[in-house]
Amino acid sequence: MSLATAERASSTPRRRPHGVAEARSLLDREILGQATIGSLKKLDPRVQVKNPVMFVVLVGTVVTLVESISHPTLFDWSITAWLFLTVLFANFAEAMAEGRGKAQADTLRQMRSETEARRLLANGTEQRVPASQLAKGDLVVCETTDLIPSDGEIVEGIASVDESAITGESAPVIRESGGDRSAVTGGTRVLSDRIVVRITAERGHTFMDRMIGLVEGASRQKTPNEVALTILLAALTLIFLPVVVALQPFGHYSGATVSVVVLISLLVCLIPTTIGALLSAIGIAGMDRLVQRNVLAMSGRAVEAAGDTQTLLLDKTGTITLGNRMASAFLPVGGRTEEELAAAAQLASLADETPEGRSVVVLAKERFNIRERALGEHDFVPFTAVTRMSGIDYDGRKIRKGAADSVKKWVQEQGGHVPPDLDPLVERISRSGSTPLAVADGPSVLGVIELKDVVKEGIRERFAEMRTLGIRTVMITGDNPLTAAAIAQEAGVDDFLAEATPENKLELIKSEQGGGKLVAMTGDGTNDAPALAQADVGVAMNTGTTAAKEAGNMVDLDSNPTKLLEIVEIGKQLLITRGALTTFSIANDVAKYFAIIPALFAAEYPQLNALNIMKLHSPSSAVLSAVIFNALVIIALIPLALRGVKFRPMNAAQILRRNVFIYGLGGIVVPFIFIKLIDLFLTAVGWY
Amino acid sequence: MRFFWSIVLLVVTLGLSWRFLGSYMAAVYEGRVKFLAWLERPTYRLLGVDPDREQTWQRYAGAMVVYSGVAILVVYGMIRLQGHLPGNPQHLGGVSPWLSWNTAVSFTSNTNWQNYSGESTMSYLSQMGTLAVQNFVSASVGIAVAIALVRGFARKGSSTIGNFWVDTIRGIYYILLPIALVFAVIFVAEGAVQTLAGPVSYHNLMNGARGVIPRGPVASQEVIKQLGTNGGGYFNANGASPFENPTGLTNFLSYFLILVIPVSLTYTFGKMVGSIRQGVALLMAMVILFGTWVGVATWAEMQPNPAVAAAGIKHQPNGNMEGKEVRFGASQSALYDIVSTQTSTGSVDGSNDSYTPIGGMMLLTGMMLGEVTPGGVGSGLYTILIYAIIAVFLGGLMVGRTPEYLGKKIQATEVKLAALGSLVMPLTVIVSVGIAVATAAGRAGPLNHGPHGFTEILYALTSQSNNNGSAFAGLNGNTTFYNVIGGIDMLLGRFAIIIPALALAGALAKKEVVPASAGTFRTDTPMFTGLVIGVILIIGALTFFPAVSLGPIVEQLIHGRFF
Repeated sequence: MSLATAERASSTPRRRPHGVAEARSLLDREILGQATIGSLKKLDPRVQVKNPVMFVVLVGTVVTLVESISHPTLFDWSITAWLFLTVLFANFAEAMAEGRGKAQADTLRQMRSETEARRLLANGTEQRVPASQLAKGDLVVCETTDLIPSDGEIVEGIASVDESAITGESAPVIRESGGDRSAVTGGTRVLSDRIVVRITAERGHTFMDRMIGLVEGASRQKTPNEVALTILLAALTLIFLPVVVALQPFGHYSGATVSVVVLISLLVCLIPTTIGALLSAIGIAGMDRLVQRNVLAMSGRAVEAAGDTQTLLLDKTGTITLGNRMASAFLPVGGRTEEELAAAAQLASLADETPEGRSVVVLAKERFNIRERALGEHDFVPFTAVTRMSGIDYDGRKIRKGAADSVKKWVQEQGGHVPPDLDPLVERISRSGSTPLAVADGPSVLGVIELKDVVKEGIRERFAEMRTLGIRTVMITGDNPLTAAAIAQEAGVDDFLAEATPENKLELIKSEQGGGKLVAMTGDGTNDAPALAQADVGVAMNTGTTAAKEAGNMVDLDSNPTKLLEIVEIGKQLLITRGALTTFSIANDVAKYFAIIPALFAAEYPQLNALNIMKLHSPSSAVLSAVIFNALVIIALIPLALRGVKFRPMNAAQILRRNVFIYGLGGIVVPFIFIKLIDLFLTAVGWY
Repeated sequence: MRFFWSIVLLVVTLGLSWRFLGSYMAAVYEGRVKFLAWLERPTYRLLGVDPDREQTWQRYAGAMVVYSGVAILVVYGMIRLQGHLPGNPQHLGGVSPWLSWNTAVSFTSNTNWQNYSGESTMSYLSQMGTLAVQNFVSASVGIAVAIALVRGFARKGSSTIGNFWVDTIRGIYYILLPIALVFAVIFVAEGAVQTLAGPVSYHNLMNGARGVIPRGPVASQEVIKQLGTNGGGYFNANGASPFENPTGLTNFLSYFLILVIPVSLTYTFGKMVGSIRQGVALLMAMVILFGTWVGVATWAEMQPNPAVAAAGIKHQPNGNMEGKEVRFGASQSALYDIVSTQTSTGSVDGSNDSYTPIGGMMLLTGMMLGEVTPGGVGSGLYTILIYAIIAVFLGGLMVGRTPEYLGKKIQATEVKLAALGSLVMPLTVIVSVGIAVATAAGRAGPLNHGPHGFTEILYALTSQSNNNGSAFAGLNGNTTFYNVIGGIDMLLGRFAIIIPALALAGALAKKEVVPASAGTFRTDTPMFTGLVIGVILIIGALTFFPAVSLGPIVEQLIHGRFF
């Protein structure tokens, strides 16, 4: 499915030998242990009160406990125990989601505390201080094997840096002062050379600090959508309170005495405990899924916005194309053969170490099996901005390749003749979005090499998926409109912005937003910062500048712009999971009513047993079965809450139909089956 | 067969009205119809209203509350003092304080719950000068609120939602008065009473019986009673009285008039938000629920009356005729009463108390669905829009986008207001029934014991909380307890929904519109219709299932099998 496609599409294969966030098994013993302890710690009423649904359950448990102590029966004690378990299961779900992040945070924290910095004083001397004492604006020196103490910008020097601590990528990266590669992150290690870094982060607000906060879920705030859902759940809880409380006078009027324990059981079964218990776990797990893909979202709000995105702005280079133009065809002119042209082109490119040059050599070898020859006496002619050609003088021949008009001029200067079919060919190649390179051997033009932007494999399908999701893709490129149009066509994007400048990029974002759309983009350079800030979802590349990272609301540690597509899907999946479990939770109530209502008035109105369509054994077993189901379903759904519901790129109507069918209808049917099974079990073991 | 053709005729006439009245109403509220400007202008001058000045939702709601408060006081004062006022040929005395309170709230809130017999309690002035006036104005207020909410969806970046006074006046002048005028003439022509000449005495020479037949301005009130989904009859027998509802034609027109505005407003909604399909989706939800309820109730009433059967009369080809008007029969009565209970009208042409338990349950649960199928004039539309917002929220989440309805994002504020608007009614019913059955004053009300008595209380308070006004009968409602609690229920059922609805209108009008794409959750499809039905049923069923199971369900089960 889509993830596999994305992996194919990404330019760098993902390696994560010791990355920040490996997906841990659901049954990881360490996490399970911590979560169990956590679920007890969370019984603190001050924690519970934040979740109105579960707070009602806790209060109900206390009431049934009092009732069980004053008139002890097996039934009352069983109900009390299962209600208590319901609260614990909810805490467990949350603790488990948090626990998966905590393990990673611990490793990070260790690294941070050990760091010691060499502060550069105004008089040029160095002073050793713990990293925690550094202030914004301080200058520090880092040399080979030093840990960079905090986030900063290189003001002097160049170094290779091992950033595997935050990216999981083992290959070192080059960081240098000035330009777009000057940002360094605290906790990464200098592998060679010496740099001077100006600290840009306040204490406790470094990138690493934020990461720890994020993976732990400590700094988690409820997202707008979560707030809205919490309100709906609170309202549903609120309405069931009087419904259940009123049953006491209703029953009394009908001559029935209704037990408080049964009423509380009914209340707990009716209020949306399933989603109430899992709601925060779903949110934490959503962030966790991003972290597992090496994306840090600065807020949950950004993740939600990603799901709402309607326009994606994608840089051509690196996202849509592989980034380098590659030779794709040899097109001879003036009656020359293709092989003749290929041989000359290869000779001219032997010394050309650019990716374009290498690709000419490779293509010649692939097409005609022309091997790289051992050359005798020769002179390489390097490319200059003046000649706009490069080539080789070898064996008395002068072979050149370069821009068509330069090559033409060069040939004419030698009194050569330009074949008439050259110009139309060059024109045609340009129009198709490729770059023509003319090749000449002395006074005669041999033909043209077509250099093509190579569109990433699988990217077209990804864009098609985005289209079914209702997301418009816009390609951003510095190319001329002609070239841009051709690549846009090949990649299957919906629109493109050619000859892009930071200004018109910002304009484009504003105009899309003016139409009410949410815009997501990726960027790395300082000049991307305004656009990243303006976009609703701005994903900065980790290799980018501090300015870019500050402006965006997410950072991709892998610096893989294609990941924007995955981020959008994770955002959607998060909302779908919430919606699906809410629907499931509400739909469950139907079966619970059919279990409990006949049991409630069984003594006064035995006729109501006609509603006992599950044919549950006895009133007590019916109520207990419903309560047990209500508790166990939380545990059963924890994996779903943590992983998210299955997401397939389909249009809204298809997604809805699927989810209504599974979670709506399923939510009605499933509890009928399981309540019956639990009842059978209770009866079989002879407890009721 | 006659029943079948009534339904066909109803569908055809409503279909035509839906299209033409719906679009006309949109024109009225968009200010495009002006032929009565000569009447409007002096009215605004009289009220001191600048018709060109629009209001924020707070001002709109404020004007509505002020108007309603004054209206309650005026009605209260006039019926209390009717003995000293003109237009009282029967020399009826003033109405008692708590009954006056209940009646004043009842007519201002478009409920028309009547804890009295009109012909022997209210003078002509009270009937025409206060109650009939409220029948017009309260109906127009309902439509105005619905239109304000629709404007919330239709506008973008706007801080105002219209002008309460203008909307209310235009509703009366351009919609209610003209229709009422035309149909009152038809009712008079069919034989409904319309006179100010006072009651007549008769002396039957055949058997020597003497008596007084109360008369009055009946036809004029009859039409607006139905058109404005008010339901308060001139006579206690309401639609079953031949003076109110003389012929089969007037019977048909009665339920046509009840349905015509609530149904047509869905077209108005679609037209004003720029997509008729949006209105159709809501209309279909109404039609499906309504059709189901009519079907079940008609079927139930065509069953033999079990008590009569127990007495030895097994063959009852006309169904359960107890309490039915013989002129119309079981099926027509069931249709009339379902129409009336699902539109917050509450007029009746049979005795609801004598329905079979299932038939009675359909009347009761029809109201419990929140009066949205199609509901009262205006109130049906704004209430179903509130349910639709909840449906959009759940459905929207399930497609992975911040839910949006007609391009407006549904976020915390909207969910809060929609939850408030949809939960007030069930909460009011449950709490007040709880109080009624727990207090001696409340328990003194019902005529019957056991489940049927419980149903009588449940029905009365459900009816008032939903601003329906239909009575199950069998409950002595004219006691201090029921007058007071009923008045509170009616106020809450009306204004505790209107104010969140207007707040929603204000919140939505401010928002920008998110353009639709393939990833947008569509709200003009059968799927959405299904979701709205689901939300209406789930909220209704989950909150009322225990209560209903102690009333009609157990009653039916005691009689035998459920179906």
